[in-house]
Amino acid sequence: MSEQTNFTPNIVLQPALEPGEIRTRRAFMVAAAAAGVAYTAMMGYPIYRYLDSPGEMAASISAVTQVTLKDAQKLPLGSVLMFKFGPSPAMLIHHQDGRWISLTAVCTHLGCTVQYQPDRDRIHCACHGGEYDPYTGVNISGPPPRPLKLFKVAVNDTGVDVSRA
Amino acid sequence: MTTKTKPIPNPIYDWADERLGLSEMAAFARHKQVPVHAQSFWYYWGGVSLFLFLVQCFTGVLLLVYYRPGAEAYESVRQITFVMHFGWLIRSVHAWSANLMIFAIVVHMFSVFFMKAYRKPREFGWFSGMLLLGLAAIFGFSGYLLPMDELSYFATKVGMEIPAAIPWVGTFIANMLRGGPEVGEVTVQRFFAMHVVVLPALFIPLLAFHVWLVQKHGNAVPPSEEAKPAAERKSEPFVPNFLRKDLAMWLVALNVLSLLAFVFPWSLGKPFDPLAPAPVGIHPEWYFMSPFEMLKLIGMVLKGTIGEILGLLLFNGALLLWLLIPFYDSSNQAGRRGRHATWFGLIVILALLGTTVLGYWTLK
Repeated sequence: MSEQTNFTPNIVLQPALEPGEIRTRRAFMVAAAAAGVAYTAMMGYPIYRYLDSPGEMAASISAVTQVTLKDAQKLPLGSVLMFKFGPSPAMLIHHQDGRWISLTAVCTHLGCTVQYQPDRDRIHCACHGGEYDPYTGVNISGPPPRPLKLFKVAVNDTGVDVSRA
Repeated sequence: MTTKTKPIPNPIYDWADERLGLSEMAAFARHKQVPVHAQSFWYYWGGVSLFLFLVQCFTGVLLLVYYRPGAEAYESVRQITFVMHFGWLIRSVHAWSANLMIFAIVVHMFSVFFMKAYRKPREFGWFSGMLLLGLAAIFGFSGYLLPMDELSYFATKVGMEIPAAIPWVGTFIANMLRGGPEVGEVTVQRFFAMHVVVLPALFIPLLAFHVWLVQKHGNAVPPSEEAKPAAERKSEPFVPNFLRKDLAMWLVALNVLSLLAFVFPWSLGKPFDPLAPAPVGIHPEWYFMSPFEMLKLIGMVLKGTIGEILGLLLFNGALLLWLLIPFYDSSNQAGRRGRHATWFGLIVILALLGTTVLGYWTLK
């Protein structure tokens, strides 16, 4: 190829094959592609950040390590209080024997919100019939693969402090 | 480049071609020609309008992600503008693109007018285009209320006086649009439904019709070109020559739009308060300034209700004349009528520019 370009007639007949021109076209294509990528990134980045704003906010909320539930010390025996620990639902149970237990309320199977059933003394997930122990959070029956996570509970005169164990 | 190479067998293309007729479409695109002459620059403005409309659809959907009509309207726009990352930019692009789109459509309209592209057989292009401009104005008007700040509240209040001025049925129509006798949370909900559902449902098919007509009849040439013998007229293929330049114009429009939205972000006023007086210096958007000023001028010359009615008649008469121009100046045989139409267009431009300047001049 390089030998052929030494012959002038060939250059005249096939200008598209001239080495210099190929380089120029390639440089142009590279520059155009780079500009295209730059444009896409310049428009894509703000749009991504805009759409992800609630996600980022939720992430900062998940960093929460303690929640204070005002007046929750008045919760009657054998009842439950649902609250948000960071972005996700959680439950505070005041058992008949006076014990305070707090756990996440998100089923480990497929993420439904579970419920405490005082009459049957169990935590139940209505979606697929999962069951958990209301004292330890251990998965007893049904499809849940893992136990519900326990929180630390501190009861005082003004309320209940729930914190990550 | 010009040498024809033997096509490489491509079973996937053949499969799709057999079912979708890709070759026919490609052949159609290859044969489409665009005239080349001194006024070719004006051919880009319809495309620019279309591009800005696409920007509106895209940024509109992004705003829909967080916007809440009704009682929370202002709060949700405040969140978009000040809380969500780059929300200010997206809202700014939507607002600026709306203004640029109206501007591009108006430029497109006047270029069509002076090229006499409304003449036979392109009358429906003109009518559908005018209808699209009307819908774009309603798009602008309805979108203006959605943030529910002070300015949008008063703009809507004043704007609703236009349908209310229609004899006999005016009050009824205005109440139906507002959802009662006053602009409020119910109104913003209605305007929202109009802005994001009703208007696009009308606009998009009409736009498709408009673009299809351009395909059917091709670009019109100005009379100076039409007078030349066919052999002297030049044209270029749409694909890729014109398309390439069209897309370059879109890129220019995108850059201008980004710059405006970035350097002059759209503001958000105080939340609307039905008991607060109208802020000092409040005025219509630039595209409503001219009709506003014309009515004011006519009202100064002819005082009272007679002036008001005459003003509206004169205004609507001129608008009707403008709309029906293809019937008056119908072909290149029109001669004197053609020249009259050109003068009419020049007078309209002067009147629009004059009253707009006067409107801003006499603001304070």
